[in-house]
Parts: sequence; structure tokens; C-alpha cells
Amino acid sequence: MLTVPIETMLIFAGLLFLIGLVGLLTRRNLIFMLMSIEIMFNSAGLVFIIAGRHWKQADGQVMFIFILAVAAVEVAIGLALLLQVYHHYKTLDADSVGKLKDNNQ
Amino acid sequence: METCIALIPLVPLLGFLILAVAGGKFDRKTAGYIGAGSVGISLVLALIAGALFLRSLPGVSSYSVSLWEWISAGELRADMSFSLDSLSLVFCIVITFVGFLIHVYSIEFMSGDEGFSRFFAYMNLFVGSMLILVLADNILLLYFGWEGVGLCSYLLIGFWYKEPENGYAARKAFIVTRIGDTAMIIGIFILFVNFRTFHLDELMLQVNDKWSVGSPLAVITAALLLFGALGKSAQLPLQTWLPDAMAGPSPVSALIHAATMVTAGVYLIARCHVLFNLAPVVMTAIAIIGALTLLIAGFSALGQHDLKRILAYSTISQIGYMFLALGVGAWSAAIFHFMIHAFFKALLFLAGGVVILVLKEEHDIFRMGGMKKEMPLIFFTFLAGSASLSALPLVTAGFYSKDPILWYSFSSATGNFWLWIAAFTGAFLTTLYTFRLVFVVFFGETKLKPSFQPGKLMTVPLAILAFFSIVAGFIELPESFGRFHLFSSLAENTLPAVTVRETGYPETLFQLLSALIVFAGIYLAYLAYYKKPSMSESFEHGRIHRFFESGFGFDRLYDVLLVNPLVWLSAINRNDIFDWLNIGLARLTVLGNRLFSLTQNGKLRWYVMSFTIGIVLILTYMILR
Repeated sequence: MLTVPIETMLIFAGLLFLIGLVGLLTRRNLIFMLMSIEIMFNSAGLVFIIAGRHWKQADGQVMFIFILAVAAVEVAIGLALLLQVYHHYKTLDADSVGKLKDNNQ
Repeated sequence: METCIALIPLVPLLGFLILAVAGGKFDRKTAGYIGAGSVGISLVLALIAGALFLRSLPGVSSYSVSLWEWISAGELRADMSFSLDSLSLVFCIVITFVGFLIHVYSIEFMSGDEGFSRFFAYMNLFVGSMLILVLADNILLLYFGWEGVGLCSYLLIGFWYKEPENGYAARKAFIVTRIGDTAMIIGIFILFVNFRTFHLDELMLQVNDKWSVGSPLAVITAALLLFGALGKSAQLPLQTWLPDAMAGPSPVSALIHAATMVTAGVYLIARCHVLFNLAPVVMTAIAIIGALTLLIAGFSALGQHDLKRILAYSTISQIGYMFLALGVGAWSAAIFHFMIHAFFKALLFLAGGVVILVLKEEHDIFRMGGMKKEMPLIFFTFLAGSASLSALPLVTAGFYSKDPILWYSFSSATGNFWLWIAAFTGAFLTTLYTFRLVFVVFFGETKLKPSFQPGKLMTVPLAILAFFSIVAGFIELPESFGRFHLFSSLAENTLPAVTVRETGYPETLFQLLSALIVFAGIYLAYLAYYKKPSMSESFEHGRIHRFFESGFGFDRLYDVLLVNPLVWLSAINRNDIFDWLNIGLARLTVLGNRLFSLTQNGKLRWYVMSFTIGIVLILTYMILR
């Protein structure tokens, strides 16, 4: 069985997280932002699996399934919101959907 | 007997509670019945108590009843307990009797007012507090009633609170009397510190035992109590609040600012007569203050155009007579004048109130006239009150109550010629301003038509009061004729008799003089205000008149001396250090709010960025720690 050192795996997960984060920060389209969040979710899940493997415990895998479920729910709600936003504003630009703010600005 | 005494003040207080809690729920009729009824019950109880008291008189001269312990802390102990002796009995009966008539009158007088049940609630609270004041058997409870009537006076002067001037007048009354009250409570403290009790009878016994005549403590305490009395009774130098207090409804002026509350000072001095007898200096001061007040108020009344202000100054002047009587040691004469004054002054205010009401709130007497033809009944009752006020000889009660004061101001052991001259001049002024009022308002041509005729609820109390203003004097006839002393023999169960010095002049001479001066006053008023109005023309528009109208400029004097410096000081001190602390705190909060609301800008990516920066900072901290 091929063994990959744990550092490599963690760096890979970190890269994945960074890709997601940068995507979230730079993209303005809400769908891409949602996808970036998914990537970050997955990198977090990956870290759990790596840790589970490292310590030879099943907890990591269990947590990953939890995260999967949460991510599914999140995507469902997120997409529903996106649909509503699109209906309302006819756009998916995150910067132009900024009505939820403090009044004295 | 004991139950009666306890219930006398409690029934009006109960009436107040009912009206205050559920006043809005009743219709006008019920609220009026509760208001007047509770005072009526109180009157019946007072009469029963009075009858029982008179029957047991030679034996027992005071009853007391203790309801519950009010304050008890170490030596400091004050009970909710009442005591009835001849002095408080007279006050009780006058308060409930005049109070009841005024309540009945108010049912009709206030019928169009939106604050109907509120009015009766305040009035009942007033009657209750006043009864507590006169029945209290310890000086702390007396002070409680004292403050209670002050509060009611404030509430009722500002009853029509939508006019800012009424609120101003109410505040003025409250603050000016408060100056006196402060002095009074200091006096009470001195008494307590020295004798370790609040109980009035005990206090007076101990005062008599331990303090000698003219000892500094006695003088100081008496002076402090006197100052409290001056504030409540509107005497110099604290008289300025009473004319403005006329902003309240007429029944209020009749009950509180003429018949009862303003005489609380007279009651206090009479109640503490033992203490005052130990301070001859203060007694002289009382007499002089009374004499000065009656003169100044008499002149001021002559300068007023407002019907109620004339009566207000007249009240100040008549209480001046009572103080003069107290000051020369004619205790029962003062209390007798209080009783008669309560009748005729309540009558004058109520009758004047009717005139003002039917003329649609017209207060200026020179815009009235010819009321005799329009409302004969009001005219005759008003005339009875006026005759009594100006002490028309032989036929009116005012003569029998005022004449002894004039006589004793000269003939009592501490009286002298100058006090008599002042009282004598005051009698002339009284007649002059009273009949000026009568001639201007009721005679001459009709300038304003009354909008309606008063109903029975108003006229019957007037008639009853008119009756008493005339006949109540016959229970006390002077030495020179009649020698009938029903009232003073009752009062002297509690109060010492007046000591008379040998003057060498017969009392009859003085009575003749005061009778003459009354007729002279009426004649002058007749000439100047009816026969030849041109005579009074130059006076009514002259400079002296303006000086009189301003009440000798006391208001302006106090404005310059006290009010303006105080306003100036508080303007300077507006932003003191504590304000800075508070304002600083408020500013800081607002600043924080501005800062944090900046972060709430609605930009999604901005939020993500701040998350990220936050996480990075936390991670950095955790790693580098």
C-alpha cells in the first residue's frame, strides 16, 4: 500500500482550503462563492479523514459523513436562497445584493 | 367616641382611594356623590364627636385614639394616633362643614369639566390630610398632614394643567411654602433632640418644665416653627404665593386658599402655644408680622382688578388679623376669627366663583356690573359675606370675631397703641376694598349678561354659608355688652385666656370707633365707585395703583434677590463634573455604535474578509504564544 507522509496530505488539504478561500474572496458570482465554500468544506473533511487514518480511529470518517450531510443541507438552503435572490434582483452579483446593512451608512 | 375620631380623617381618605383607583369607571353623578358623601359622613362623625365631647366637658378635656405604630426606631417613635380637644374639634367641624358645602357646590360647578373625578379625588385627599393635620397627636403626624395639604394645594392650583401659567403658579406655591416647611422640620428636629419625643402634649409639658422664658433654644425653635406657619398661612415675607394660587378652580380657592389650609399656620401656633409663650420675642414678631401683613395685603387688595385676587389679598389680610391676635396672646379670639373667616370667605369665593362662571371666565371686576339685577340671590349672599368681612357692627359675625382682635391688640398685656392703629387702619381698608368690589360688580349698569342661572347645588350652600356668616357670631359676645362667652369658654379648655392690662379706656369707645370706621369705609366706597366714579378714576390708573396691584412689588423683589441669582448660578453650573461624566459615557456609547455599525455594511465579501483576517489573527496568536 502506498504510504504518503502525513505532512504532504495536510499541505494538500491546506492548499484545497486556500483555493476555496481565495475563490470565495475574489469571485462575485454567488454560485461560484457557494462552490468555493463546498471546496473549503471538503478540505476540512479531508483533514478529518487524514487524522482518522493517522490515529487509526473511525471517528474521522464518522465526522466526514456528518460534514457531508451538513454540506448537503447547506447547499440545499444556499441554492434556494440563490434562486430567490435571482428572482428578486435578476442578478447573482454578491456586491449588488447589499441591502442587509446598518441604516446610518 | 374613639371610633368616631379615627373615622373622621379616614373616611375622606377612603373616598380619595376609591376615586383615585376607580374614578374613571364612575359616571359624574356617582363620583360626585362619593366625593361629597365621604366629607358629609366625616361631618356627621365630627358633629357626633363634638356632641359627645361637649357632654363630657368639665371632666375630660381631650380624647386620644391610637391606630397603629407608624415609625419606631430606637427612641424615635411616632404613632398613627389622633387626639381631639376643643381646639382640634373647632377645626374639625369647620373643615368638614365648610368642606362639605364646597364639595356639594363643586358637583355643579365642575360638572362641565373633564377632570371631574380627579377633582373630587384631590379634594377628598385634601380634606383627609387637613383632618390628619388638626387631629394628629404627635408633631410628626402633624407634619405629615401639613405636607399632604401642601401637595393637594399644588395639585389643585395646577388642576387645569394645560395652561402653563397654572403650572407655574402651582410650582410657586409649592416652592414658597417649602421654604417655610424646611424651617419647620428643623424646629421639629430641635424639639426631638432635646426631648426625645414627638408627642405633642408630652412635648409641651417638657418644654414648660425644662426651658425658661426667653431661653435661646425656645426662641430659636419657636421662630423656626413660626417660619413654617408663615409659609403655609401666606404671611410676610412668604405671602407671594397666595394671589397666584387663584389659578385653581374657585371651590379650591374657597376651601384651601381661604377657609382651611392657609389657617394651618394659625393652628400650629395655637397648638404649640406653650412653646410660643416661652419666647416673648417671637410673640412680638408674630404680632408685628400680622399687623404689617394685614396692612400690606389690604392696600394690595385695593389695587386689584381680578375678583379672585381681591379675595386672595383679603384672605392674607384676615389671616394677618389672626396672627396679630395670636401675637398678643388672644388665642381664642384668633381661633374664633378663623371660624367666622372660614364661613364668610368660603362664601365670598363661592359666590365670586358663580359670577365668574356665569360670565364665562371673566375675572376683571370693571368689566362686570349690575349683577344685582341679574342674580339677586348671589348678590344677597355676597353682600352677607362682604358685610361680615368688613365687620359691620352688631348684625354680622365678622364684627364679633374681629372686634375682640382690635380690642386685645390694644388692651392685652403685650398689645400696644401701634398694633391697634394698624388693625384699625386695616379695618378701614377691608371695608373699602370689600365694598369697592360690591359696588363695582353688583351695582351700576350691566356690562355682561350672565350666560345661565346657577342651580340649587350651588345656591343652597351659598345660602347656608350666608346664614352662618351672619349668625355664627352670636355665640361669643364682647365684654362690653352681652358677656356671652360660649366659644371662648370652649376654646379655653385648651388655650390659655388672654391677659388684659388696665388701659384706662373703656372697650365701648373702641367698638364705637371701629363701627364708625366701617361706615366711613362703606361711604367712601359708595362715593368713589358708585356715586362719583370720577373720584376713583385717577387712582385706578395711577402709579400708586400699579404699586398696589403688584402687591408692593414683592414678586419683583424676590425675582431680583433670589430667583435670578439662582437661575444664573444654575446656568453656570449647568455642565458640572458629574454631567461631564454622564455626557462622556453617552458620547462613548454613540461612538462605539458608529464604529461597529461601519462593519455592518451589507457586503458579503467584506464579511468573509473580516472572518479570514480574524481567523488568521487568532491562529497567529495561538502559534506564537
